[in-house]
This record gives sequence, C-alpha cells and structure tokens, in this order.
Amino acid sequence: MRKVLIVGATSAIAEATARLFAADGDRLCLAGRNVTRLKAIAEDLRVRGAAQVETVALDANDFSQHEPVLSQVAQAMGGLDTVLIAHGTLPDQTACQASVEMTLEAITTNALSVIALLTLIANRFEQQGSGTIAVISSVAGDRGRQSNYVYGTAKGAVSIFTQGLRNRLARIGVKVVTIKPGFVDTPMTVAFKKGALWATPAAVATRIHRAMAKGEDVVYTPWFWRWIMAIIKAVPESIFKKARL
Amino acid sequence: MTRYESWGRFPKATHDVVRMNWRDMALPPDSGKSMLPFGNGRSYGDCCLNDQGILVDTRGLDRFMAFDAGMGTLRCEAGVLLSEILELVVPRGWFLPVTPGTQFVTIAGAVANDVHGKNHHRAGTIGRHITCFELLRSDGTRLRCSPTENPDWFRATVGGLGLTGLITWVELQLKAVSGPLIDQEIIRYGRLEEFFRLSRESDTTHEYTVAWIDCAATGASLGRGLFMRGNDAQGAQARPAKAGGARLSVPFDPPFALVNGPSLRLFNALYYRKQLQERVRSTVHYPTFFYPLDAIGAWNRIYGSNGLLQYQCVIPHRHEETAMREILGQIAGAGTGSFLAVLKVFGDLPSPGLLSFPRPGATLALDFPNQGQRTFDLLDRLDAITMAAEGALYPAKDARMSPDTFRRSFPDWRQLERFIDPRFSSSFWRRVSGESR
Repeated sequence: MRKVLIVGATSAIAEATARLFAADGDRLCLAGRNVTRLKAIAEDLRVRGAAQVETVALDANDFSQHEPVLSQVAQAMGGLDTVLIAHGTLPDQTACQASVEMTLEAITTNALSVIALLTLIANRFEQQGSGTIAVISSVAGDRGRQSNYVYGTAKGAVSIFTQGLRNRLARIGVKVVTIKPGFVDTPMTVAFKKGALWATPAAVATRIHRAMAKGEDVVYTPWFWRWIMAIIKAVPESIFKKARL
Repeated sequence: MTRYESWGRFPKATHDVVRMNWRDMALPPDSGKSMLPFGNGRSYGDCCLNDQGILVDTRGLDRFMAFDAGMGTLRCEAGVLLSEILELVVPRGWFLPVTPGTQFVTIAGAVANDVHGKNHHRAGTIGRHITCFELLRSDGTRLRCSPTENPDWFRATVGGLGLTGLITWVELQLKAVSGPLIDQEIIRYGRLEEFFRLSRESDTTHEYTVAWIDCAATGASLGRGLFMRGNDAQGAQARPAKAGGARLSVPFDPPFALVNGPSLRLFNALYYRKQLQERVRSTVHYPTFFYPLDAIGAWNRIYGSNGLLQYQCVIPHRHEETAMREILGQIAGAGTGSFLAVLKVFGDLPSPGLLSFPRPGATLALDFPNQGQRTFDLLDRLDAITMAAEGALYPAKDARMSPDTFRRSFPDWRQLERFIDPRFSSSFWRRVSGESR
C-alpha cells in the first residue's frame, strides 16, 4: 500500500491519477488551495477504494508552508513514499510579455514552487532510502517557442531539475519520473480549439500511474509526443527562429 | 463530429458550451442566452439541445459522494455515467434499480427523462428509486428535493427534461443482486397476439421482459419477433463483469446511410431466424442482456450524417393490440423498416414525474433513417394512430412531434411551467410549447 501525496490535487490530470491510486487501495493525501474541492475529491476516492484520504490546504507559492505541510502529511498517513506534483497554471504569453510581474509569477508557480518542494521531498526520500517522485512537466519545456515561452521556461526548468535529481538519487533507489504531457483537454486548456492531438485526462493519468509504478524516467504522454518533440528539437535554430510556433 | 449533438444527430444545433466541473460552481452569468444542462448526449431528438443557446456540460461532475455497500444507497454527482455506477457496485452485489438500453447515460440525464427499462412491470421508472437530489437554480438557490422534501420540485424535475434547474447530485437506492449474470430466455413467436400472451405470462415469472419485432413482416406474421425475458441469476459465481466499453466502433460517417429499405428487410428476416429452436435459454453477463448496442461504439453513425429518427409511443391497454397492429402495418407498408423495433408492456406502477412518459399500456420503440419528408410523413401517420388510441410520445426520443401531439401526450404540461427556471430552455421545449425562449 502506497502513501501518496498529490500536490495540486484538484487539477484534472491529478484527480484522474488519484482515482487509479484509490482503486489500488492506497493511502492518499490531497494538497491544494481549494479545500472544499479537495474534500469533494476525497469523498470520491474513498468510495473508489482508497484506504485513507486526507486533505491539506497548501498554497504552493507560500514556500514557508512546504516543510510543515510535508511533516503533517507524513504524520497523517504514517509515512510518505510517493509524491505527484501536479499544480500549475497556463499563463497568458502576450500578457506576460507586457508585465514583468506576471512573468515572474508564472515562473514562481510553475517552476520555483516545484523546485522548492522537490528539494525538501528529495531530502526526505534520500534519508529513507526509497520513494517515487513524479512531476508533471510539459512538452512545452523541450524548446522555447514565441507563443508559449514563459510557461515553457518554467517547465524546462522543472524538466532539468528533475533530471538532475534523478541522477543524484538513482544510486539509492529513489525514482524520479518526469511527465511530459502534450495537449490535454482540461479546465486549464478550455479556451483552446481541440483537435486530433488532444488527449483526455483519464488517458494521461493511466500513463502516469504506470510510469510511477514502474519508476520510469521521462514519459511523454500520449506516446507520439516523444517523436513530435524529437523532430521539433532537431530543427536547426537558424530555421526554427523564423518559424511561427 | 462534436460531442454536443443528440444521439439521433437530428436536428443540428449550435451552442456555447460552459463546463460545470464542481458542485460549488455557479451557473454561467446572464448573457441573454438561455441554458440547458447537457449530460452524455444519448437522448435522441432535441430535448438535450438548446440551439443558439448555452449548454452546461455536466460530465465533469463525475464524482461519487457516498456509497453504503450494506444498504445499497449511492450518492454521486450528476454527470456520473450508469456504466461507472455499475463498475463500482456490481462487484459489491448491487445493481441499478432501473436501466435503459444503454449504460452510457448520466444519472442526472436518467432522472431528467425518468427513464424506464425491461423491468418496468416490476420496478416502474428510475424516478421511483431516487431518494434525493440537489437542484441548482439560476438565481443560485440550491433545493434538496425528495419525495418528502420539496416534493413539488421533485415531481417537476423527475422527467422535467432539464428545464427546472441543474441537478448537481443524485442519491438512489440500488437493488441487491447475487452476481453479474442474467438467466435469459429468448422465445421466437409468430404473431402479435402471442407477444401479448407471452408478456402477460412472463410478468409474474420474470423480472425483465422485452421483445424485438420483425417490422418487415406482414399479414398473419405481423408483429412476429423474439421475446426476451430474464431474471437475475441466483447464487451465481461473481465472475468479473466484462468491460462495459465498446469493443467495436464506427470510426467515421459513411457517405450515405447504410441503413435503408433492402438492408433492413434482410436484417429483419435474418435476425428473426437467428435461433433455430423456438426457445433458447442461456446465462449471460449483464451487458449482453441489457446493453447489446453498447458493444458497437457510435452505432448511430451507420445512419449517415442525416441521422436517425426514433419513435417511441405508449398505447393504453384498451387499445394496445389494435393500435400496434395499425402502426406495424403502416411501417411494413411504407417499406422503410426499422432496424430496432422494441415492444414492451409497461406495468401499473405510477411514474413520479409531472412529465414522465411511462404509463400503463404497451410501448413500441423504433428507429428510422432520416430520409426527409417521407420519413416525417410516416411518423405523422403513426402520431395519428397513437393519438386516436389516446397514447403518448416519449420526449427523450422525439425530434419532430407537433405541439398538439405533445399537449395531448402530457395533459399536465402547463403545470410544469411554474417550475421551469426562467433562464433555462431547450430546443425541444421551444418547439412543443410554442414559447420563444
């Protein structure tokens, strides 16, 4: 039975993944800002078979909350061995370009808060000599594009940070899984017109759940994004910089 | 193909869509457009459409809230599918008290259409098993409704076609079963009288009854078909139920309807002869018994992009045999046929909704490829027979009945008006009530 913490548990991908842990009979702790909604998810996960579901209020951008919340979580579940970090926002690129404040806020939410949490969790897991940490990054972090580079910068930082962490912790058996979803049909992307490349949160969750169980390294989901991004990364910068992407 | 169309894919409509993902969310602010809750789009005609208006997509409300595995009470959010409920409760020894012919409807959609199933003669409609729900009105009021709490709102909302407000969650009483299996018996019968005889006889011995009718048959064979009856298998080993999802799917719209006169006559003739013996007994998993069509994903596409028109009427007992004979005669005469013709005798248990469709009598459900005017003319002739026999049409299946047919089908319809949310409307409601919004 795993003892799972999910940060950003009201996100559609996180909720769909939590259902798979619940079906496994795991213990879960849901962290997020909206406690009413966390409680609605908790009720659902209990019905679906979770052995225990706790909720905890957490504003990831308030770094001072991180350590006390992690201690509280570990105490409530009698330990902690699995973490999924799923919180994030999709900033408005154009608005960010006109505002230093918005740009830095997007970077704080999507990168710095994740890095802060990972630092604390990595040390705990290093000390206990085991554990699985999964982080939802994005294909957007694989290459900077004019339409989305503030978000891409944050996700790119998360991808590199988790890569380094994986390298540091591999020796002692702590798994670090970097998840790179493509387009997912969630409330975060409600304004976008959907096409054939779009995936459901449930499909992405199934992949995340499997990757966490197996302790995989870098997971593109759906799978074809690995190849799409391989091509995108291979385009020479001299050509790429002129493309409207 | 958009998700926001009805299962019959007729009529076409355009919408603004707002997604309702949390129970604590408010309904969209007033933009001058009316709104309508949308579940999984499995009603056939236009009662789930709101052309030029807003659809409030409730599929994101897909959380369970409480399940008492000892008592069989389940509370869940509005957008949970019946298939999702079954996946949860069947392994724990419970089943839906009433289920329609597809498990891919939302629970709130089932309430809003007060759906019925093969056990209507025993259990009545699903509304009879709903213990409580919450109704969110556009002014922000949340009403808890049950047969004893706000009972007038309960009566208006069960079968109320989504017009009285948005159901946020539903609590229902499940029924105990010993496993996922059904003992079924299929009896080939040769004429309409035999259907009524089999039905009367089976009502006392079988929990589930329904018949498929060969609607190409004429003369002495008119109304012949396969009578299917079943009971929950007793003491069955709880083998895991097969996955409820579609195993096959129709991946695209064929350029023309694959369902037409000749193919229907052939299908009907073959299907009638699908079993050599007159009676075949078997034990099957519940999806095979209840949801044979769910095995083919998006089967509605075989009708082509013009879509299909469903027709379901109920005829009171005193006229049931003569009217069914006339209706089946009209269909066989028109040569257009129906792929699926289903006949069932309703029981006498009262339906709880103001606008509930099931009432004592026989009900016939048919689907027709939409071939334009000739299909509409045929359906008008069927309406005339139904009305002369003091019957009624089912809104969940309808895309074309006249306001007059609607009002004669539901004499209490005016009583619904004071419960309709001032900011809610539907294509169906505007069509049959003659109101502009």
